[in-house]
Amino acid sequence: MNDMSRLERVVETKNIKMECRDCQVYYGETHAIKDVNVDIEEKTVTAFIGPSGCGKSTFLRCLNRMNDTIATARVEGSFRLDGEDIYDRRVDPVQLRAKVGMVFQKPNPFPKSIYDNVAYGPRIHGLARNKAEMDEIVEKALRRGALWNEVKDRLDAPGTGLSGGQQQRLCIARAIATEPEVLLMDEPCSALDPIATAQVEELIDELRQNYSVVIVTHSMQQAARVSQKTAFFHLGNLVEFGETGQIFTNPVDPRTESYITGRIG
Amino acid sequence: MTDLSANAAPAKRHGASLLEQNARTRRRNRAEARFRGYGIAAIAVGLAMLLVLVFNIVSKGVGAYSQTFVTLEVELQESKLDKKGNRDIEEIKKVSTFGYAPLINSAFAAAVKEGGLETKLKAKDQAGILSKSAPAQLRDYVIANPDKIGETVSFRFLANSRVDGYLKGRVTRDSIANDKSISAEQLDFVDQLAAAGILKKTFNPDFILGSDASDQRPESAGIGVSMVGSLFMMLVVLALSLPIGVAASIYLEEFAPKNWFTDVIEVNISNLAAVPSIVFGILGLAVFINYMHLPMSAPLVGGLVLTLMTLPTIIISTRASLKAVPPSIRDAALGVGASKMQAVFHHVLPLAAPGILTGTIIGLAQALGETAPLLLIGMVGFIASNPPDSIAAGLLSPNSAMPAQIYEWAKRADPAFYERAWGGIIILLVFLVTMNTLAVILRRRFERRW
Repeated sequence: MNDMSRLERVVETKNIKMECRDCQVYYGETHAIKDVNVDIEEKTVTAFIGPSGCGKSTFLRCLNRMNDTIATARVEGSFRLDGEDIYDRRVDPVQLRAKVGMVFQKPNPFPKSIYDNVAYGPRIHGLARNKAEMDEIVEKALRRGALWNEVKDRLDAPGTGLSGGQQQRLCIARAIATEPEVLLMDEPCSALDPIATAQVEELIDELRQNYSVVIVTHSMQQAARVSQKTAFFHLGNLVEFGETGQIFTNPVDPRTESYITGRIG
Repeated sequence: MTDLSANAAPAKRHGASLLEQNARTRRRNRAEARFRGYGIAAIAVGLAMLLVLVFNIVSKGVGAYSQTFVTLEVELQESKLDKKGNRDIEEIKKVSTFGYAPLINSAFAAAVKEGGLETKLKAKDQAGILSKSAPAQLRDYVIANPDKIGETVSFRFLANSRVDGYLKGRVTRDSIANDKSISAEQLDFVDQLAAAGILKKTFNPDFILGSDASDQRPESAGIGVSMVGSLFMMLVVLALSLPIGVAASIYLEEFAPKNWFTDVIEVNISNLAAVPSIVFGILGLAVFINYMHLPMSAPLVGGLVLTLMTLPTIIISTRASLKAVPPSIRDAALGVGASKMQAVFHHVLPLAAPGILTGTIIGLAQALGETAPLLLIGMVGFIASNPPDSIAAGLLSPNSAMPAQIYEWAKRADPAFYERAWGGIIILLVFLVTMNTLAVILRRRFERRW
């Protein structure tokens, strides 16, 4: 947070929410992420772009320790959320994931009712004391997820019965119902049609008012549309990280230029 | 097609016209038709075998459900049963079954007289067509109802197995030539009684509800008590193998680290599923009976042995259904901050439940039909027990199980038992088919809701 180099860019500087330094990830023998340094700013959408297999999803999953579930994965380096090392021995990943929520590539609602999908997180974290409070949390999350008007009459219907775009918005509502501080999105629109994609993108832009959003995407247009900061990954390296406008109009690294102009990737 | 020269028109490569099949296509289509033929033939053979099996079992076993009864009016003579006339139950109990035989003899005499039947048989030989259980049946009735002494009561006695076999066509006049237990005159008498409506073949609920009987009385043997034995065994199996199996699978599938040790466990579980059941039987004999001194022939021990046998089946099917739950559900739960255990118990387990249930039912059905291990722990053999009067007795008192009972009947000499073995198989199959159908219905109903 008191990184001296930041002071040079006074104009756009916001508080840094997550600070990642010298990050390495290994899958067994494979070195998947090499020396990555990224800062996630508060109330900003940060996009990770890069070709398939470049490690952007892997890196994203490090931010809320979802890689813990993969037995062979080994993470090194410093990941700090508000200055606290999230890989500290004392940190319970469960508490971390309440602060750093996640939306996955494929919409994965629980095979339960829409209401229960959204209420699940608040319920296990004990965020509501009674039914009325829970109703309020669910409604708020669904409203912020831009889904309330479509489902308010059928909250008891199964979440799996919604369309793909609605399911993804339900997953977003489910993720924000626990009031996370950072929201990680792993290619949230890759399974959606253009209309649903537009709705989700609009939603991401609104979420920026309250959260830090990190989005992994294959679509460079999407990155350009929704993000303020962009990180370009290639073969496990962070090639370039900066203002989205600068990355897309005036990339420093020739590899970035090749990728965004479509010559590689 | 064979023309590979450069100037051949490319259009010719796949034959001239789409409207006619070329040789290769015809060959492929013929091969496919042949393969379908094989498949249909295989299914037809299987179905034919099944039909033969079902027909065989039903035709041989259906006889066990009807039995020949003789209805007689018996005068419960006070002079024979309660000489002092004080209705003292202890005194009445002193009259043994031999004391009741004369009552039956005179009941036959009365029936012959009333029906105007002509027979040269002595009273004793007339009564010989009845089951040996008849005097005991009379005695039980009198002890239960001492106030009926002196009255005339109508009784339905079992005819003995030869008479029953005669009515079912199993015993013929030729086949009894060397049979000391029945004579041609008695068969004549049977014909007369049948014509008079005194002797009838009717449905016999005691076969389904009753207990086994000794070698001399196949007509009164029933499968009911061993059914209760099977029920208690299944309760033990269910109560032990479901929680242990599910807990073991959840741990192995969701929590255990993947290393050589868990690999060894996995291989061993798969191997256990293939171990012959008799091995589990001898293990049960050695451990549960000889070492732990649990009672012989008890359904508790049978249930323990069958639990050992069923566990691998349940573990394998539970692990398979846990594996079938998509990882995205686990990710979703972990992503909103559920702990691993919450993810498993709130989301994965409910989704895997139908598969677990199906596996359990199939495991139970397998255990229900298992005979070999029961041979070794003494759940086979003539165990003349009444239905247990408490749960503890049901678990600990000697009993048999359905398949063991069937085996026991099948190895006895009297062909009348043979028929009961087939009849027992029908009941066993009804249970198994019901359980398997239930498993299929559950699977269909709850299959993949995500």
